[in-house]
Amino acid sequence: MTDVSAPQTKKRTGFQALEIDTRLLGMIGAFLVICIAFNVLTEGRFLTPRNIFNLTIQTVSVAIMATGMVFVIVTRHIDLAVGALLATCSAFMAMLQTRYLPDLFGLGLGHPLTPWITIAAGLALGTLIGAFQGWLVGYLTIPAFIVTLGGLLVWRNVAWYQTSGQTIGPLDPTFMKFGGINGTLGETWSWIFGILAVVWAIYALWSARRAKIAHDFPVKPAWAEATIGAIIAAGILGFIAVLNAYEIPSRRLERLFEARGEVMPEGFTASYGLPISVLLLIGVAIVMTLVAQRTRLGRYIFATGGNPDAAELSGVNTRLLTVKVFAIMGALCALSAVVASARLTNHSNDIGTLDELRVIAAAVIGGTALAGGIGTIYGAILGALIMQSLQSGMAMVGVDAPLQNIVVGTVLVAAVLIDTIYRKKTGGR
Amino acid sequence: MTPLCEMRDISISFGGVRAVDGVSIQVNPGEVVGLLGHNGAGKSTLIKILSGAYNADSGEIFVEGQKATITSPRDARRYNIETIYQTLALADNLDAASNLFLGRELTNWMGFVDDDRMEAETRKIMARLNPNFRKIKEPVSALSGGQRQSVAIARAVYFNAKILIMDEPTAALGVHETQMVAELIQELKKQGLGIFLISHDTREMLELCDRVSVMKNGRMIGTERVEDVTEDDILSMIIMGKKPEKAA
Repeated sequence: MTDVSAPQTKKRTGFQALEIDTRLLGMIGAFLVICIAFNVLTEGRFLTPRNIFNLTIQTVSVAIMATGMVFVIVTRHIDLAVGALLATCSAFMAMLQTRYLPDLFGLGLGHPLTPWITIAAGLALGTLIGAFQGWLVGYLTIPAFIVTLGGLLVWRNVAWYQTSGQTIGPLDPTFMKFGGINGTLGETWSWIFGILAVVWAIYALWSARRAKIAHDFPVKPAWAEATIGAIIAAGILGFIAVLNAYEIPSRRLERLFEARGEVMPEGFTASYGLPISVLLLIGVAIVMTLVAQRTRLGRYIFATGGNPDAAELSGVNTRLLTVKVFAIMGALCALSAVVASARLTNHSNDIGTLDELRVIAAAVIGGTALAGGIGTIYGAILGALIMQSLQSGMAMVGVDAPLQNIVVGTVLVAAVLIDTIYRKKTGGR
Repeated sequence: MTPLCEMRDISISFGGVRAVDGVSIQVNPGEVVGLLGHNGAGKSTLIKILSGAYNADSGEIFVEGQKATITSPRDARRYNIETIYQTLALADNLDAASNLFLGRELTNWMGFVDDDRMEAETRKIMARLNPNFRKIKEPVSALSGGQRQSVAIARAVYFNAKILIMDEPTAALGVHETQMVAELIQELKKQGLGIFLISHDTREMLELCDRVSVMKNGRMIGTERVEDVTEDDILSMIIMGKKPEKAA
């Protein structure tokens, strides 16, 4: 064979040896630019522990759904019903924990099982509705755009119907711990979590390198590997340190002590630390990344997105795959419903409104191609973070509401334009 | 010698039209048999019966002398019959290893796909088929037509194909890449595979094949050794449906 291709073992020196995805770098760069710009414009109010904490918990709900949207878009579908589905799940869970379980099933208010039954039932409902929509798309071959456009109207108003449009609350105290500020790990446990995360990350890097060496594959130089490990460790621990720097206001602490019938010691301080909702997002991100990269399901999702005929000829059941993808999306909508309603401490009729657009925008800004076959979980989460930073940054600066949306819309289009140009320049991927 | 694969007296009709009418064809180990004919002559239909996509109305298939029952693509795979489709059934966004193992991924004890092992296997098979193939980790969209074709062929070879069906393998390729596929076919011949080749390019067929069979209107016009015929003989078989004078 006389095929000419570039030699495999190009010597990579300096920065190239790190082998960091340039797209990821670009997104992190854009995110940092946004943060620093707003920090300057708000005279240092943007990058405070308090604002970073708030930014994080505001992002979680959209970010969780965006990870599912990656799978949907990668398989060349779209889901316009995620916000409405979130509302239906939220309404169902709110009614379940405040009316049905205490009254109909006689558990009474504040039963310890209430939040767990509620969450399990909510997740089941979301998965079921998602699977149903997936069945309409996959087996009855109705375009996903139409199925979920209909779903948008249906589920938004099923939510309304369930609650008669009322705001339902207050929710169960344990349930509300998943919302953010009402449920955090506190300083010590946050540090423990951070250290465990660093240990795990370094172990993952090391074992991946060992596996490559075992197969005689080329590996990065050791210093490059160490640098990446150090950056990851610094990132994780820095994030924990920032969250731990946000202290609970002393008046709130006093009330906590009073509730327990104690007096707060003089000079006592405590930090919020890592919110449970963020922990949930991290868990979702890890599981979804594992599914995407290390399971047959994920492989088939990407193969189907790249070439549906090829997947079919290779024995992939693409119809069932569509059902699974939409079922995952539905489950994640339900999980987001837990976080969103818990954060607001009640279910309101407009919960999740326009979330479908935020979620799709997050996935697309994060590098998911609408043509299918391409997308990453971490990209979608970063995309959600960028969207949320823009929105709350502009609110802090005092940009007029109409201008805020004009900017967000422009950024979305510009991001896709840049991505298209980048892809043409680098050829593929 | 027992033929590696023999299709005997195969017939199939679609809505009253006899697409394939009593056709027999066989391939020996290390032999390339070309199927020629106009569009609609029945050659693709015949070969789809062998690959399991269609079920014949009558006739028998023998693999290594044993009667074979092939009713689905999965059956065909069980008899080590692999098909390389005209449209190159590859997922462009995945790398060579993922494509090679698509639908048959290697997994580790936890049930996760074992990318490292699949990459190692891909490197091994590619070293055999196309030693210059280096772009193991890149999406196949970054590969040339010939490289993509070698991924498709590797998929067939890796799973121990004994009988290979290639439907227009060079239709979308340039001159240089066509040459690559030709060399690959020679290599597979040496390894003892039996290959059915479908093409419109008469001259190419005379170069690649040991024997060529010509079909017209669902019937077999004749099978000739390539040494015995000229391009004109073949063309007249395709167009007129007549066997050349000297062979008759």
